Amino acid sequence: MRIRLTSIFVDDQRAALAFYTDVLGFTKRHDIPLGDATWLTVVAPEDPDGPELLLEPAGHPAVKPYRDALVEDGIPLVQFAVDDVAAEYERLTARGVVFTQPPTDIGTAVVAVLDDTCGNLVQILAMKPA
Amino acid sequence: MLVRVADVFHALDDETRRLVLDELVARDGQTLFELCSMLVTRHGLSSSRQAISQHLAVLEDAGLVVTERRGRSKFHYFDGRPLAVIAQRWPTTREETP
Repeated sequence: MRIRLTSIFVDDQRAALAFYTDVLGFTKRHDIPLGDATWLTVVAPEDPDGPELLLEPAGHPAVKPYRDALVEDGIPLVQFAVDDVAAEYERLTARGVVFTQPPTDIGTAVVAVLDDTCGNLVQILAMKPA
Repeated sequence: MLVRVADVFHALDDETRRLVLDELVARDGQTLFELCSMLVTRHGLSSSRQAISQHLAVLEDAGLVVTERRGRSKFHYFDGRPLAVIAQRWPTTREETP
């Protein structure tokens, strides 16, 4: 069993695609019309056949209270691996990205949490060399 | 500010709540998520988020923690004023008595 795809709910698929590609740096993998939305996924450019992130419309009534409660407490819904959290923090804040948690050393790794502007908090993480 | 001294002492009479204040003094303005991860990684605490949330409510009632909403998230800050009120009532330094 392998993890092939995971999903997050986004307020607006086009705005989410712009944020996840232009700002974060992922690459669009699928954008297939499906009713009034699309099957929209992104992948890491250095791992195009790796796990896909599905940007799913947030229309279901359960989504808003669920996400509001998590965002209020600062809880991220997804985690991405990066090489250097501090460098990403500098790069992304310069582009106007808001962090709810600045780079923080948690012993085995450095983490930070950012707002994806589509309704979710995202944790970025760099493991420290063992 | 109205400080109920009993609330302040009650709030401080718990090791987890004292650690929460330590973490806020080290870095002010943390979400519940960040505070919980700091308590786990730095102090080996295994309290649930719900438990920490309740501890924060006690600290807030005592006036030792204030919260502020920024965007859609809630951030916690340390407020030392209730301690100043206590030190005013029972001064930590005083003129020499003959």
